[in-house]
Amino acid sequence: MELTTIWFLLVAVLFTGYFILEGFDFGVGMLLPVLGRDDRERRVLINTIGPVWDGNEVWLITAGGAMFASFPEWYATLFSGFYLPLVLILLSLIVRGVAFEYRHKRPEVSWKRRWDAAIVVGSLLPSILWGVAFANILRGVPLNAEHEYVGGLFNLLNPYALLGGATTLALFLTHGAVFIALKTTGDIRERAGALAVRVGVGAAVLAVGFLTWTLTIRSSAAAVVLAVGAALALLGGLAAARVRREGWAFTGTAVAIGLAVATLFAALFPNVLPSTLDAAGTLTATNAAATPYSLKIMTWVAVIFTPVVLGYQAWTYWVFRKRIGVGNIPQH
Amino acid sequence: MDALDVARWQFGVTTVYHFLFVPLTIGLSVLVAILQTMWHRTGNERYLKLTKFYGKLFLINFAMGVVTGIVQEFQFGMNWSDYSRFVGDIFGAPLAIEALVAFFLESTFIGLWIFGWDRLPKRAHLASIWAAAIGTNLSAYFILAANSFMQNPVGFRINPDSGRAELTDFPAVLTNKVALITFPHTLAGSFLVAGSLIVAVGLWHVIRNRDSADTGAYRFATKFGSWVVLVASAAVLFTGDIQGKIMTDVQPMKMAAAEGLYTTESPASFSVLTVGSLDGSREVFALKIPYLLSYLGTGDPHGTVRGIDDLQAQYATQYGAGSYTPIIPVTYWSFRFMITFGLAAGAIALLVLWSQRKGRTPRSKWLLRAGLAMPVLPLLANSFGWIFTEMGRQPWIVFGEMLTRNGVSRSVSLAEVLTSFTAFTLIYATLAVIEVKLLLRYAKAGVPDVNDQPPADDTDDAERPLAFAY
Ligand code: HDD
Ligand code: HEM
Ligand code: HEM
Repeated sequence: MELTTIWFLLVAVLFTGYFILEGFDFGVGMLLPVLGRDDRERRVLINTIGPVWDGNEVWLITAGGAMFASFPEWYATLFSGFYLPLVLILLSLIVRGVAFEYRHKRPEVSWKRRWDAAIVVGSLLPSILWGVAFANILRGVPLNAEHEYVGGLFNLLNPYALLGGATTLALFLTHGAVFIALKTTGDIRERAGALAVRVGVGAAVLAVGFLTWTLTIRSSAAAVVLAVGAALALLGGLAAARVRREGWAFTGTAVAIGLAVATLFAALFPNVLPSTLDAAGTLTATNAAATPYSLKIMTWVAVIFTPVVLGYQAWTYWVFRKRIGVGNIPQH
Repeated sequence: MDALDVARWQFGVTTVYHFLFVPLTIGLSVLVAILQTMWHRTGNERYLKLTKFYGKLFLINFAMGVVTGIVQEFQFGMNWSDYSRFVGDIFGAPLAIEALVAFFLESTFIGLWIFGWDRLPKRAHLASIWAAAIGTNLSAYFILAANSFMQNPVGFRINPDSGRAELTDFPAVLTNKVALITFPHTLAGSFLVAGSLIVAVGLWHVIRNRDSADTGAYRFATKFGSWVVLVASAAVLFTGDIQGKIMTDVQPMKMAAAEGLYTTESPASFSVLTVGSLDGSREVFALKIPYLLSYLGTGDPHGTVRGIDDLQAQYATQYGAGSYTPIIPVTYWSFRFMITFGLAAGAIALLVLWSQRKGRTPRSKWLLRAGLAMPVLPLLANSFGWIFTEMGRQPWIVFGEMLTRNGVSRSVSLAEVLTSFTAFTLIYATLAVIEVKLLLRYAKAGVPDVNDQPPADDTDDAERPLAFAY
């Protein structure tokens, strides 16, 4: 396989991993006021992701870094083109990250309220905006022959992209609810399980609609298979959630999100950012790539370190595998 | 004002801000790991208390380092897309490696350390903080290697067809002589901050909280921190001296700008301060130390240091007409502020140690005030050091290869950059106030009570409180 293809796959894997992992912790964040009725319950929710959310976010940083290193043109055009949505995502990630750490550092109710709001908004905006961004990547954006984005902000807010945003939002909510049901005990667990099924039905409808629309824009055999797989996994996950088989439900939503993201990348390949304007502006895995020497070095680094990282991240999830409930929350 | 100016301001503000938190993370992660190791070795509860106490301050700070770092990672593409296209082949690699090798390590193991007090065997828990500390320090190396490429581009060629820089020798990029010296200098500067924080907080409790049962712990912390500061001061001097010579070699204009030296001189003297016209071209009064600049730049007290006028003329013939001179008052004063503020912390550390000699208890209000100023001084020094480094490179974004004005994103409008710049600045300012207040609150609260009992058996697990919870 060509190095550029390998790196296309790697970037795809990193984003897929990011959406699976941060997907549930966005979901938990958004469900904070819905499933957490009082302060102790909210703390239960936050502590289900406490030890892992930062590690999850590093998937994004690594995806960004890998994109920069392997496809500098893609990184440059995309990040400068999607400027304002990215600013919003960054602001969200800032307040959200600080909020987890600071929320419990003072006893005042008003203090906690404010950080709760930061967590909710900081999880909600990226959940929508990532969908909008990835839908636009797939659909293509106006690029001139020098690969510069010339579309402006409103070009990004087309119906297809908005449907993409609604889909990621609904998927992450479902994924988060399923995760909470898997990681908690008692009342919260029951409510989360029930909510997962209800939200999940909406998510399934949106996802099927969005993926179908996607395949009419761009398609390949692999993309079709992956899209069907995503839909089946989601339905399976929801069925498991209904009968409260939480481990299977979580597997289902995780696989569904993974396959849905994979569908987009499979449909996109070999392009990385199609131009709707000037065909010469289209960025592909070939014309956006770094040099072979650079890719070769990065491949060695990835081959050596990725297994190590996966190993210790998996181990963290194992260490914190126990469910928690209100009884486990310390008084102070 | 155009989009370029705002993009530059935004990069400067967000990076200086990021670097307010980074030094504490770098230094304190290691120092907390050392304290915890001392607890393991001796079993003395005092060290456990200090581990938890400074660990808490570390975490309050760490959160800010993380969230401001993400902005940095994205900003190259957002605001400097032509720069990213130009150097992506070289610059992206250290950034990606940093994320894969260092950020994963530290973020995962920090999580294990915070939440793992009762979930991990003791030794694995200790290993976690060390892994996080190693990750943090590693991350500094890769990003500094990337920055060093901008100061002294090596290991690449320019592709004549695309006009882009292409990587030809990756080991050369990682062993750039600028990176090799910048790394220890920056680490030393970071330990100066972390040690100072430990002293300041410890000293406050020693003087203001005299009858506390934990005075012994605070006294230990004060001395421990002071020694860290002294060693770091020596290291910062030693490495800074080498850095000056390398800089004179690869960026002579920066050294000339550090002194505001217009004409080539041998030997050149170093001015401690100058009163003169704003651009430094005409001096009214100057306090000078003869030979020092020659020594700093070349290692020989009689060495020749080239002046701005000379270099400007040389660059104009080499690269075409235009100004190749950075803003002199900025480089001149930031260089002096870096040295003065940083070394002042070292001087205070000496006073603190002196005040506690032979078991004495310090009481002086003045000492307390000086001690409380300690962490701020090296923080300022670090900021000024970076401002010097980055502003002294101007007008280049990659020295000798690309001008800053050619690196900016063409597709981002003035309105867009203004929006982001305003938003980041406002949110950063708000968060700064919040974080400082929290740090003060937790610093005043003092060391926690610890009970070092092994957790009870697992029978009523559902009711057992977590050792740590958000
Ligand atoms: C507490 C912090 C601190 C202190 C006391 C010092 N420095 Fe420093 N200095 C830094 C913190 C720093 C820094 C912020 O970490 C910089 C910015 C970039 C870098 O490599 O380190 C820096 C940069 C920097 C540079 C610019 C390198 C370049 O642009 O290539 C030079 C020449 C020196 N330093 C030299 C010195 C000397 C001779 C010092 C003392 C006598 C000194 N520094 C004290
Ligand atoms: C080590 C990683 C760093 C990299 C890769 C880096 C890179 C850059 C880039 C791309 C710019 C914008 C273009 C320019 O104006 O030249 C810049 C400017 C700047 N950076 Fe850095 N920087 C780094 C570290 C820092 C740190 C730690 C600080 C401060 C604490 C800092 C302070 C500044 C300032 C003040 C500017 C504005 C200079 C100007 O535009 O005149 N930099 N840097
Ligand atoms: C302008 C260039 C820089 C970029 C792109 C950058 C990138 C980042 C990112 C993405 C994070 C968050 C990591 C996480 O989520 O865990 C971070 C945090 C951090 N960065 Fe920076 N950084 C820059 C400058 C610097 C410099 C100059 C240093 C040190 C010399 C440094 C050292 C650190 C450290 C120690 C942290 C601590 C918190 C953490 O890693 O999680 N950074 N940086």
